Amino acid sequence: MTLINSKLKTQNSKPTKPHIIVRDLTMAYGTNVIQRDLTFNVNQGDIFIIMGGSGCGKSTLLRHLIGLQTPAKGQVFYGDVSLWDMDPDERERFMRRFGILYQSGALWSSMTLAENIGLTLEEYTDLSHSEISEIASFKLALVGLAGFEDYYPSEISGGMKKRAGLARAMALDPEILFFDEPSAGLDPISARLLDDLILELRDSLGSTIVVVTHELASIFAIGNNSVFLDGETKTMIATGDPKKLLAECRNPTVHAFLTRGEPGKG
Amino acid sequence: MDKPSEKGQISSGLSFSRQAEGILVIELAGNWTINDKLPPLSDVQKEVEKGLLPVQIVFDAKDLGKWDSGLLTFLVKLIEICSQKDIQVQKDGLPQGAQRLLHLAFAVPERKGDRKESSRLSFLAKTGDSAVMFWKSIFEMITFVGQVSVAFIKMLTGKARFRGSDLLLIIQECGADALPIISLISILVGLILAFVGSIQLKMFGAQIYIADLVGIAMARAMAAVMTGIVMAGRTGASFAARIGTMQVNEEIDALKTSGISPMEFLVLPRILALSIMLPLLTLYADLMGILGGLIVGVVGFDISFIEYYNETKSSLTLTNIWIGLVSAFVFGVLVALAGCLRGMQCGRSASAVGDATTSAVVTGIVSIVVATAVITVVCNVLGI
Repeated sequence: MTLINSKLKTQNSKPTKPHIIVRDLTMAYGTNVIQRDLTFNVNQGDIFIIMGGSGCGKSTLLRHLIGLQTPAKGQVFYGDVSLWDMDPDERERFMRRFGILYQSGALWSSMTLAENIGLTLEEYTDLSHSEISEIASFKLALVGLAGFEDYYPSEISGGMKKRAGLARAMALDPEILFFDEPSAGLDPISARLLDDLILELRDSLGSTIVVVTHELASIFAIGNNSVFLDGETKTMIATGDPKKLLAECRNPTVHAFLTRGEPGKG
Repeated sequence: MDKPSEKGQISSGLSFSRQAEGILVIELAGNWTINDKLPPLSDVQKEVEKGLLPVQIVFDAKDLGKWDSGLLTFLVKLIEICSQKDIQVQKDGLPQGAQRLLHLAFAVPERKGDRKESSRLSFLAKTGDSAVMFWKSIFEMITFVGQVSVAFIKMLTGKARFRGSDLLLIIQECGADALPIISLISILVGLILAFVGSIQLKMFGAQIYIADLVGIAMARAMAAVMTGIVMAGRTGASFAARIGTMQVNEEIDALKTSGISPMEFLVLPRILALSIMLPLLTLYADLMGILGGLIVGVVGFDISFIEYYNETKSSLTLTNIWIGLVSAFVFGVLVALAGCLRGMQCGRSASAVGDATTSAVVTGIVSIVVATAVITVVCNVLGI
């Protein structure tokens, strides 16, 4: 069976310039290919969704975008520079422009929340201690955790860890924010609040945001661009605005995913 | 929704009847649960192969009692066999629930290449694999030592990034907190050395030399080796578990993407802390060991405290103590390296953390023993 690649181009009214450009990316663990020939653009100010069924390589794609895993083939460009052609030191410096919210929060367990947020500020800015702790408190307040500065990650709940992780990701006011399954393990209302927060961040800071998720509600609420990875054919089968994909994409897998149709919703 | 109906407690039964035009009717009766003794599938196979191959199989389940996965797995196997032989299976006669579950089981076809292949390798291939793996692990170790050296040089030039408070905390954990166990172990080692030696020395009335024996043995080798082994089990394991768990929680990834090198931030303070604290602990263990010997001498062999003290003082040279301290420093570096290396290599599961911890202790102890041998030979050659 051949699947037709239905690549829909985003036709936004305002001209946008691509922020992240992925070209012919092939990802593999050893000889085991996860996804091949991925080609898509993430535009400045997009909320870009990486979606697809469980185990199709969404998080792996994220790890390639943020410089944690080397591609088997292909390129990831940020503007004009290729992430994987930089030498390691340069890449390390470049990665400071990213803010990343990991699936489990990944807060440093030996530090308090304020120290978690303050660490990168201490390293990369000349701010004084009191200024850093003010910023940390402010970021915690933004995610609804005012007053939790001196708590250790093990002392707070899963949802709070996620929010604290988000506060840490925002510490350096990054150009690009990456979210790995932000709403997984959150109750519907918290998930909704997190979505609102993501939209707010894009609108107020103008950050580009990349979200790995398979929560349909979030996908339609926040996404304005996306890529759909298929585990069966091991490549992308659609890209574009998820709402347009729902209306126009005739690929059965994409359609089934976006409508929760058919058994095995993915 | 029809629940598995509850009929009498009859045991599971299987009987067959043939209808015209190659239709085989399978009658299921009684309870078909995993706790019942189910009829073997071979009964059906025999029946199917008897005479003309049927075209279709239908079920009659009106006498079927309770059923669960026992019935379903039986049916799945049956359907698989029938599809190989091109026999149609009519599921209409089965209970509604069973029909739906069977439909679910066959709804998503097995993905090609998803099943793990249990490849049996030949002895030669396995040997080759192990050799390659061994070479790889050596290479990883050397790379790790290289990275640590780079981080160390960065620290000397003041560019390494780690928190002073972390270093102090680790120093406390692997130094002061280890004092009780080090005291106990080294007093006992001192006692044992004194007892073992005294049996020989007593035979020619040279009990006073217990002091020489214990003092020199502790200072030169025993204190450092025992402290090293205790720290490998205590602190090396804790380093591996700590860093391994951080690996599982993506904390190491978070450090990397924040542009903070885990080598500088996690590994460097641990190696520094242990290589400072192990010699200090060894010095303390020397003292405790001598105390152990003193107890045996004073209590068991009527040597006075002053005599024992003077004998120890005259026999124990600074060279002996130095050799012990240098060994301890080397052990400290080795144990910390082993712990951090295994932690950084840790996979992303709970069992991987366990493996990392085990491996850290084994690597630590083996490297202590090897290093002791090397140091002893070197001292011998140099004549110290």
